[in-house]
Formats: sequence, structure tokens, C-alpha cells
Amino acid sequence: MKILVCISNVPDTTTKVKFKEENTLFDDSGVQWIINPWDELALTRALELKEDAGNSVDEVSVIHVGGAQTDVTLRKALAIGADKAIRIDACPADAYSVAGQIAAYLKENPFDIVFSGIESSDYNGSSVGAMIAEFMDYSGVSSVTSVAFEGDELILYRAIPGGKQKIKAKIPLVAVVQKGIATEPRIPAMRGIMMARKKPLEVKPAIEMQILTKSVKFEMPEAKGACKMLDAEHVEQLLELLKNEAKVL
Amino acid sequence: MSVIAFAKNWNGKFKNSSYELVSYTKNLASQLNTKFIIVSIGEVKEEELKSLGKYGAERIISVNNSQMNTLTSRVYAQVISELAEKEGASTIIMSDNESGKAIAPRISVKMKAGMVAAVLELPITINPFVVKKGAFSGKAFEYVQIDSPVKVITIAKNCFGLKENQVDVSIEEYAPQLDASLFKIQVLEEEKQTNRMDLADADIVVSAGRGMRSPDNWGIVEELAAVLGAATACSRPVSDEGWRGHEEHVGQTGKVIAPNLYFAAGISGAIQHVAGISRSKCIVAINTDPEAPIFGVANYGIIGDVMDVLPKLTKAISNSK
Amino acid sequence: MNFEFTEEQLMIRDAARDFAQRELLPGVIERDDKATYPTEQVKRLGELGFLGMLVGLEYDGGGMDTISYVLAMEEISKVDSSVSVIMSVNNSLVCWGVEKYGTEAQKQKYLKPMARGEKIGAFLLSEPEAGSDATSQRTTAVDMGDHYLVNGTKNWITNGKSASTYIVMAQTHSELKHKGINVLIVDAKSEGISVGPHENKMGMRASDTCSVMFNNVKVPKENRLGEEGFGFKLAMKSLEGGRIGIASQALGIASGAYELALKYAQERKAFGKEIIQHQAIAFKLADMAVEIEAARFFCLKAAWLKDQGKPYGHASAMAKLYAAETAMKVTTEAVQIHGGYGYVKEYHVERLMRDAKLTQIYEGTSEIQKIVISRGLIA
Repeated sequence: MKILVCISNVPDTTTKVKFKEENTLFDDSGVQWIINPWDELALTRALELKEDAGNSVDEVSVIHVGGAQTDVTLRKALAIGADKAIRIDACPADAYSVAGQIAAYLKENPFDIVFSGIESSDYNGSSVGAMIAEFMDYSGVSSVTSVAFEGDELILYRAIPGGKQKIKAKIPLVAVVQKGIATEPRIPAMRGIMMARKKPLEVKPAIEMQILTKSVKFEMPEAKGACKMLDAEHVEQLLELLKNEAKVL
Repeated sequence: MSVIAFAKNWNGKFKNSSYELVSYTKNLASQLNTKFIIVSIGEVKEEELKSLGKYGAERIISVNNSQMNTLTSRVYAQVISELAEKEGASTIIMSDNESGKAIAPRISVKMKAGMVAAVLELPITINPFVVKKGAFSGKAFEYVQIDSPVKVITIAKNCFGLKENQVDVSIEEYAPQLDASLFKIQVLEEEKQTNRMDLADADIVVSAGRGMRSPDNWGIVEELAAVLGAATACSRPVSDEGWRGHEEHVGQTGKVIAPNLYFAAGISGAIQHVAGISRSKCIVAINTDPEAPIFGVANYGIIGDVMDVLPKLTKAISNSK
Repeated sequence: MNFEFTEEQLMIRDAARDFAQRELLPGVIERDDKATYPTEQVKRLGELGFLGMLVGLEYDGGGMDTISYVLAMEEISKVDSSVSVIMSVNNSLVCWGVEKYGTEAQKQKYLKPMARGEKIGAFLLSEPEAGSDATSQRTTAVDMGDHYLVNGTKNWITNGKSASTYIVMAQTHSELKHKGINVLIVDAKSEGISVGPHENKMGMRASDTCSVMFNNVKVPKENRLGEEGFGFKLAMKSLEGGRIGIASQALGIASGAYELALKYAQERKAFGKEIIQHQAIAFKLADMAVEIEAARFFCLKAAWLKDQGKPYGHASAMAKLYAAETAMKVTTEAVQIHGGYGYVKEYHVERLMRDAKLTQIYEGTSEIQKIVISRGLIA
């Protein structure tokens, strides 16, 4: 059984966001890049499934669409424990083209399970995983908070409003995962870091893919007015303001 | 050319987000100077379908099929795409929730339609078709242009609001031809926390952080939430420590929410937390530390111990009822 | 000259930072307060490979360079020096000597489990009456033919209780003075060894420091590390590397306190503006930043020399002296910037200040470093 984890390369979550060229481009100067937090959790869970001897997972690979500068992020995934990394050499233009590139690889190199994080913390698209499922004509389960094997089938939990559903699914499958899938992302061990360069990082040429959407410009949110400070001894004042000023009660 | 919107139901009932979807779609259709159709999938009673008319849904296509009560994204996507093609729809809309996230991307691929998720307003321009969405987890906004003839968007909760506009409703039934091989996933059981308000749907959220000092103190958070009819939430350290379940974690890597009113009790307001609540209409912060960054994003602030302030608030609200 | 870190070095630094922030920070105040040994945290330190990061891959270590070690020590010491001292002792004082001078059998038996972090080691040099003056060892190892018979008491032993393997300095031929000293690898469970109570320390309260008593302890001959009489030299050589570890620890204590003070100064307001806008505070932070950067260069230079196979004793003494003095100064200023909050445990800086003091004392006091440095000047 083989698991493929889709990885996106995003600015560290503490980054102060800035734009350049009249707000049409993200200013990445001085930005530290990380594995998208949800993807990192997905990778962690994939590795847990592989390490559990009861399962027959024999490969966990990661795939990413991006330029050579993102190899550092892929090697981090290898250091954490992925067996192989694949980078499709293309600028990730929109979710449709990224999913199309990954699907093209999958058609040549089949995997049984594909994990994708619920969204990326930069452009906040949330579509790549489900798009891959459609390109591949695979089943898909979204909002997944837990995955385990039951024989050759998978038992997944999907978050729904006010609760969760227990789902049984056959492979091949795309699982779009969210928080809960693994407790914490893994910290790479020293040996893992030293072995990362020895593991395969395959660079594949991109296929021709149409781009359907494009980013036009960015905008920073307007600064909020000053916070009105109220007396802890007179909370009824707050209620009054919530009712009559903010009109939210 | 028309607009088609998929209104999700939960056990045969619509929610405010479904009505907001209808309001948004009606306004988008008039912006595009065209008609719109609302699609419902799964068993929904006629009366419930008609409730969509309050927000302007004149024409509803209902796939009243019990086999489709639970979400199977492949099946839903196929049905909606079929209808979109049949009706010549150029824009397909759904809510940005667990079903929209699963279905919209599939429709995008099926119809080679550019897709944007979690749109915040009506399109800024329709030719070219440009929509506004959040980026960098609420730290910025992005304008995205969709260039394909068919467009798919999902709309963020509370982005548009409810606009009443009572009309007469016509309901058509549609029975798609479905291949059994599409149903490869099977829902075995469903666990619901019935007495709990869901975070994503709640208009009011009472959220608490490490300032609570111990999980044993959460009673006062729940009491305040109960008198307000609010959902409870928490900050990341609290969920990481296991004081509360991760389904309550609000923030950049947890849930991103947009309630009307958000109480941040004993939450310092780390940048990642703020990213998850910045679309709230009104934020109230309660913290002992007057320098806590949460006051920088709050509309109202109280400097004080949550253990003392929360019970006072609960009492004041009960008294005012 | 090249001031760029490699991708691996940065990845190690980030891994150490994530570990410190995620797994050491929660509970660090309580462990210090109750002087609780960080059992779980040390286990994780071993799993991640930090305890044997300098040991070669062939002996189950991380195979990393000393630059990486400085970066990791700094990140871990920003949060919890009680943990980083365990890492420093195991890597620099214990594993290094066994890897460099041990026989293949010693490496297989003792080095591998320590490099994997499954067992930890302790370095037994100090005695009640031999601290800075390490030549006057009173512990004896009498040559009994097939074994040594060890008697004596060792003091201030980091990992004294938790270690499985002791590296023990003992006098075999007292007439040869320091040239009669041997280093023995001793199984901590050997008969005749007893461990004193946990010292109630001012700082680094969670690390275990105690005295170890030897009463007719039999140590097999094959457990001698290096040639007969090489012990003192080996100990001094080990300390040269150990000083890079402690210098990096002091650097981490300083930069941890500085980061907290910088953050606080940007949040805390007085007289209508953030206190960092007041020159009195801004200049303090500027001085702190400069001294920390200088200490970092000292540490990295010593590490670089060691990695290049060049002599590093002089550089590591300078690094240890400067970093320890900087740690004391910077942590004191960090408490000052925090005002009253700095004096309470919740804000971390008072702990860092207490921890900093020890870096001026152990593995050679600041005064001893000056002896080492000045002798180097003459020679």
C-alpha cells in the first residue's frame, strides 16, 4: 500500500504579510517557508500508519508543485520521514492546474491513498485534494479528522456540523484532512535530517495545464477603531453597548 | 446563461447559511441580469423547501432521494454538474462548508470551470469576473479573476447576510440516473453532540484561553454560553493541553469563524488566534493584562480576571431577560 | 569566510526550537520550582537524537558537526538549561572521549546506547577538595592486576543519579601526580557505588546534581579509556569541547532572556508609550543584542575550529568566558526591563538569571578560563 501526501510550501504562520508591485504580489523577502501546517499533520499521520506493523503501508511519499527554491521544504518532509519526494517543476498558478499536475503524475505512478491538507495557509484555497479526486475519478472524503485501516478498507471520521460521521471507504481514495488527524506535527530527528539528502527527490517536468483563475491584487484589512475599555465592576455597561451600539445582542 | 446554487440541508432542514446562499444568489443573478435556480439534494419536505422562498427562491429543483441524504461528493458533484449543463448555468454557487469544500472542486474539474472558495462579497466586476476572498488566514484580502466561461464559487459564512424577499416558489423534482459504483463510501454511524451549538453556525461564541487556569473552571464559560445561546470555543494552548477538545480550537490552524459576537476570555490574542476570528462582527476581550494584543483587535475590552468577570456577565444577562 | 549556515544546520536549529517551544516550555517553571528531573523530556531528547548528535552515524549518533550542536544547544537553552546541560554533558564530556579514545569493544558496549539516547552518561571529575584544581584527585584506582579497585568521592556530578555510565577520573600512581591519573568507564550499577542526595541548587534545579561515593568498586581493566596515565589529559581535552557546549548554553540563556525582554518592551507601556520607545530601555536592548551576537560568534568560531580539526582549546575558553559573563549580564538586565514582573517566576527571566550564574562556575569558572586564556597568550 502506498500513500502520497500533497505538500504546499507556505510562509511561516507568524509572518507579517506585505505586498509589492502595487499590491499585486506577495512580498516574500525575509519570509521563512514551512510545510503547510495541515499537510504536515497529514504527513505525520501517514508515517504513523506506515510504522504500525499491523498495516501494510510500504511507502509514504510527498508531492509538491513548485520551483527549485522549494526543495528545502521537501527535504524537511524527507527528514521527518517521507521515503521519497516528487517536485513537479511548475509555478503553482491556481488550484486547478496544481491538481491537474499531481493527477498527471498519479496516472503514471498510482498510489492507493492520497492525503491533502484542508487548505493552504497562504492563498487559502481548499480545493486541490477534491480536484485530484475528480481528475482521477477516485472517491474522496473531506473534513477528515481520523484515518485508520480496517483490513484493506479505511475507517475515517468526517467532521460535520455538531458532530462527526464514521465512514468506511475503499481505496483508491483521496482524504482531505484537517486538525485532529494527528496530534502534533513531527519534529525531525537528527538522523532523519542527515539522511534527507540521501533520499530520492525526483523533479518531474510539468505538463501543459490550462490556468482558469488568476490573482489580480491584494488588500490589507482596514485598521480597526480603538477598543472601548469598560469597567469590570459594571458589566451591564457592556451589555448596553452590545445591544444599542454594536447591535449584536 | 443562468446561475445555479446548491442549498445544503442537514437532516432535511436548512440553516441560516442556506438562506444566506439564496440571498446572495438572487443578488448575483440580478447583477448578471439572469435567472437563478436553487438545487436541493436529499429528502426535504415541501414546506421546508418553500422556506427558501422567503429569500427570493422562485425556482427550486429538488432531488428528493433518500439514497442521497448523506454527502457523497462524487454523486452530488455529478448531479449538480448535470443540472448546470441542462440549465446552461454559467455560475455555480454553494456555501463554504464541509459539503461545498468537497463538491465545488469536483464540479470545477468536471466543467473546466475556474473556482474560488470562501468569497466575501458579490463580484467586484462581472466582466472580467472578479471576486474578493480572504488570504493569508485573514491577514489580507485577495481579488481573484475567473477566466473560464463557467465559474464556481463558494461563499463564506456571514459574508452577505439574510435579505428577505418573499416570492412564490415553484418546485420541480429531478431524478438523476446514478451508477451504483459512485457510492464507494459508506457512512456507518453518526455521532452528534446534540445539546451543543455548533461553532461554525453560532452567531455568538464564548471562547476562553489559558487565563482560565484550569479545565475545572470551564463551568463559568459554559454558563455564559448557555444564557447567550452561544457556542463555546477555546484557544490553541487550551486544546493542545487537552483541556478542551480540538473541535473547539479557534485560530489559524483550527477553525476560522465569523460570528456576530465573539467573547475572548483570558485569551492573549496571538496572531494565529486573531487570524481565526478577525471576521467576527464584534469582539469583546476580557483579560487581566492590559497590554494583551487581543485588545488591539477587540471592539470592547474589560481588564479583569475572567473568573470574576464571566459570572458577573452571566448574572447581568439573566437579570436583563 | 562564510557566514551562511547549511540547510541541515538550519533544519537542526528549527527542530531544536520546535522541541524546546513545544515540549520543554510547558512545565519548565514547575520542574524548576519542584526540582523535578525531566524524565520524559530527556527521553524525547534521546529519541530525536540530540543526546548523541555529535557521535558518528556508525555508532548510532547523529553525525552532525559542532556548528549544528551550538545552534541546537542555544535553542534548547533559551527555554530549559536543566535539559540542555544533560545534552551537553552526554555529548561533549562523555560520548566524545569514548568515541575518540575508546576501543572498538568500549564503543560497541557503551557508546552506542548513549548515542541513541537510551542511556546517559556522567563525567566524574570534581571532588570535595578538587574543583578548579583538578590535578589534586583524591579518588584512587588501585591496579589489582585484572581490575582496578576504586575508592573516593566525587562531587557536583551532573546526571549523577540518572546516568548509567560514569566516566571516572582516579589516581593510580600518586607519585606521578597528574600523570598517574586514569579515566575509567564505570557501570553506575557496580557494587560499592552509592549516590548522594539531589543538591538543592539556586538554578538549573531540574537537572540532577549529586555526589557519588566509591567504596571498593571493582572496575575491569578493559574499561580504562586510553593509555595508562592518559586520564588527566583526556579530561582536559574533554573539557575543551565541553566548554563549547556550556558556552552555547550560556548563549541560549542570554538570547532567551533577550527575546523575552524585547517582546515585553514592545508590549508594555509606561508614560503613554511602549517602554522600548524610552531610550533607557532601548539602549539596554541594543547592548544586549550586541553582546549576544559577539558571544554567538565566539561559540561558532570555536565550533568551526573543532570541525576543521584545528586546535580549539583557546577559542573554547574565550567562548565560555565571554558567553557566561554575557548570560549573567543580559539576564540581569532582562529582569530589570520586566520590572516587578521580572521578579516573579511566571515571566521566566528570573529563572534564566539563576541558571546563568552556573555557567560562570561549572566546567571551569570564569577565573579558570582566564588562566587558560592567559597561558595561551604566553605560549
